[in-house]
Amino acid sequence: MVKVVLWGSLKKAAGGQTEVEVEAKNVREVLDRLKETYPKLSADIDRGVSVSIDGVIFRDAWFAPIKPESEVYLLPRLAGG
Amino acid sequence: MTKTAVSTTINGDAAEFLCETGETLLDVLRDRLDLTGSKEGCGTGDCGACSVMLDGRLVCSCLVLGVEAQGRAVETIEGMAEGETLHPLQQKFLEHAALQCGVCTPGFLVAAKALLEVNDDPSESQVRYWLAGNLCRCTGYDKIVRAVLDTAKDMRSARA
Amino acid sequence: MIKTKFKLVGTRPLRPDGVDKVTGRARFGADISAPGMLHALILRSPHAHARIKSIDTSRAEKLPGVKAVVTRDDFKLPEREDLVDICRNVMAREKALYDGHAVAAVAAVSKTVAREALKRIQVEYQVLPHVTDVDAAMKPRAPILHKGMRTIGAEPAAKKDSNVAQIHTFGHGDVVKGFAKADIIIERSFKTEATHQGYIEPHACLATYGADDRADLWCCTQGHYMVRNACAGLLGMEVSHLRVTASEIGGGFGGKTTVFIEPVALALSRKAGKPVKLVMSRDEVFRASGPTSSSSTDVKIGITKKGKITAAQAILRYQGGAFPGSPVQFGAMTGFAPYDLENVHTVGYDVVANRPKQAAYRAPGAPLAAFAIESVIDELAHKIGMDPLEFRLKNAAREGTKSSYGPTFGPIGLEATLKESKKHPHHLAPLGPNQGRGVACGFWFNFGGQTSVSLNIGEDGTVSVVEGNPDIGGSRASMCLMAAEELGVPYEKVRTVIADTASLGYNEVTDGSRVTFAVGMATIKAARQAIAIMCERAAKIWDIPAEAVVWEDGCAKPAGSNAGNFKPMTLAEIAGSAGSTGGPISGHSEATADGAGVSFATHMVDVEVDPDTGKVTVLRYTVFQDAGKAIHPAYVEGQFQGGAAQGVGWAINEEYIYGEDGRLQNPGFLDYRIPVASDLPMIDTVILEIPNPGHPYGVRGVGETSIVPPLAAIANAVSEAAGVRLTHLPMSPPRVLKAMMENGKGAA
Repeated sequence: MVKVVLWGSLKKAAGGQTEVEVEAKNVREVLDRLKETYPKLSADIDRGVSVSIDGVIFRDAWFAPIKPESEVYLLPRLAGG
Repeated sequence: MTKTAVSTTINGDAAEFLCETGETLLDVLRDRLDLTGSKEGCGTGDCGACSVMLDGRLVCSCLVLGVEAQGRAVETIEGMAEGETLHPLQQKFLEHAALQCGVCTPGFLVAAKALLEVNDDPSESQVRYWLAGNLCRCTGYDKIVRAVLDTAKDMRSARA
Repeated sequence: MIKTKFKLVGTRPLRPDGVDKVTGRARFGADISAPGMLHALILRSPHAHARIKSIDTSRAEKLPGVKAVVTRDDFKLPEREDLVDICRNVMAREKALYDGHAVAAVAAVSKTVAREALKRIQVEYQVLPHVTDVDAAMKPRAPILHKGMRTIGAEPAAKKDSNVAQIHTFGHGDVVKGFAKADIIIERSFKTEATHQGYIEPHACLATYGADDRADLWCCTQGHYMVRNACAGLLGMEVSHLRVTASEIGGGFGGKTTVFIEPVALALSRKAGKPVKLVMSRDEVFRASGPTSSSSTDVKIGITKKGKITAAQAILRYQGGAFPGSPVQFGAMTGFAPYDLENVHTVGYDVVANRPKQAAYRAPGAPLAAFAIESVIDELAHKIGMDPLEFRLKNAAREGTKSSYGPTFGPIGLEATLKESKKHPHHLAPLGPNQGRGVACGFWFNFGGQTSVSLNIGEDGTVSVVEGNPDIGGSRASMCLMAAEELGVPYEKVRTVIADTASLGYNEVTDGSRVTFAVGMATIKAARQAIAIMCERAAKIWDIPAEAVVWEDGCAKPAGSNAGNFKPMTLAEIAGSAGSTGGPISGHSEATADGAGVSFATHMVDVEVDPDTGKVTVLRYTVFQDAGKAIHPAYVEGQFQGGAAQGVGWAINEEYIYGEDGRLQNPGFLDYRIPVASDLPMIDTVILEIPNPGHPYGVRGVGETSIVPPLAAIANAVSEAAGVRLTHLPMSPPRVLKAMMENGKGAA
């Protein structure tokens, strides 16, 4: 299982938690499991998110590997100027 | 619309064009003579990107009418280098990385050349105030001012 | 492994596109024409908020020389959800939502005819109440811009329409407990006015749409692939049928990361069957491109007597113009990023108002948050008599710190910038009367993204790097340096060109400080691939295994004496026989670049405040920033200096001023005054290099972080000099004077 930390705004959609556990070995699986387990998160995930794995932020990387001990954060989709 | 025939001199060469009386010199240079080195950043004389010399005087070509070029001499950025040889200011702008996007650069070069023609030993303040009519949004002016000061120094020692 | 020894990287060669740019030869957006070309102009709403009851274009269409007129009827709302608001922004539909919103456009044989045609278009408006201020837009009875818009993320769920599009929250720990532990708490409110990126080149394009539904578009943009995809979506085209070529770009700073006029020019060209040139005036750039948010922020920070932060909280409200999507979440994520905090909580409100839809501006959203937060940090440091740099060092985020937005930081350079500032002569220089010194820190994420590069080895041993990101500040030079470094050839042997959308795979926009990082990484990978091929060719020629060949100093060499005794072959020699040894040699990299490194900066600034007028003069400025690795230090310095100068404008001059009628009152460079050369001192820079483990040379982005600290640094300096805390940007003379008078300071 991987521990995924959600940003504050997602707490409600995830049943009042900001830390959830999912069975996943890469970014895509994390997102898929989150949507399955907490359907209310789908809208936010589909609007676009970033995933931070051990401090490195990924925007579009379905297959970036995640280890059980990885630190995983779901973040809003980054954009820049 | 009736057009007016204008005979002028551009970068030392005789030039003739037809333009509407309301057209700016900048529009004539860019749209009728294909001299697109002068840029329109504002069209109101605030940014200096269209700077040219008109009878030896620094002007914003967006504030001059095309018909006003009749019988006068216009110098633009396209006339600054001599053949393959860059003007010392052009060279120093490159050496000092005094441009980022480069769109204001022609205006700065024309204005800086005009400064060095009247003052070959300007202080930093004099450079800054002389160039205050030229807007640059990329560089913070630091490297531009240094390039102008450095050119002045070289030109002085070349003469000495 | 990160490379640390370089022959070329870190030097300052002349930029390869330099001669074009100092001679006027470089072609920017408005610099090209096509045979038979028409000139287009856009009719814009004079009202901040109005229902468009009807548009009658018949009189314009009858004018001789008018070849096409388009309105909302020519744009079908796209299916792609992310394009719907862009479509509505490009051409108003039921309502005009801001002063300057496009309502119709004409293409005619000359600008004169086009101008006359605009006058003949009759639009019937029903003027509606409007709102332009962020706090006013949030009030319960504010005029609602979008019927049916409910606040996402509201608790309890929103039941009424609102101008608040979304609420974002971030943080960890328990701020209530944290504040309970604090000895000193400061709570303040701040406001900032909207600014514009102020690029000198207005938006410009030339569209050529053929009867075969194939089109070409030339335009100034930060990302021509983005333009292609957006325009194709808005016009119902297949992306491969639209080829977009990026002109040289006269500044962007985030403001050219979306489309405004490009779809309109294409629609006109489609209708007229001729090339159409469309160039914005400066007035249009101000009224109808994408300025920044204006903001209203409340900050509360608690500390112990010894200066340790126990809790930090911020509520940020960003008005992002007529459509949702202000960068408030980035403000909420980044503002406290420089600090190691046990308890932190931020809330961001994304608010719509009757103003042009904001676009990115360098580290979008971050400078506003940093202004508010770093102001309170400064005040707290002074309150306990601690040097503001010392205070920041005591609370600084370091490698291993849990960031304010969640993830744990890897190696970061904040501490290095603070330590460097402390020992810099600027920090120790004396100040005169009416002068003040301010410091502030700033943070930006940076990112990588989708990137394609092809690197072609020419038969004479020269090299071309083909990339797809417009060169906005010297990036061609950086690519040439990295390619030359890898290949072991002189810098002058490499040429970098920017390909059009049909000639190279997809590239994300030139934004997010991504180009030197991501395109640089792709260039290095492409070079390494080309080297592998060249080693194979040498191996074939020598008839030894490819593994027995190494690449050193621009030559293929046998790996050791076991491999054989062959004279090294230069790149040019291998390239010269490429046709006989297997064919052309190229390297490629097509990938999504991950591993961008975050970047921190500390800025230090001295100002003098005129007690009679409130005018602020910047006397001295020093930027300390972590670049990871500076590929071309002169252009890194340039990014630092440019960001600082833009920050100076934002802090003391620049603001969008709206009248009671909701119209922009200062849409020109005379009244919207960006800093000129005589407003600024030299801007000193100190480049720190804490390598980013995610890049082969350690590169981080540098373009955006440099605009994060200046607003706060200058506010802290002005507050010290004026003897009163300034909380509203810009700190224009009337505002500074008023604050001084109200607090018994100032001369009068």
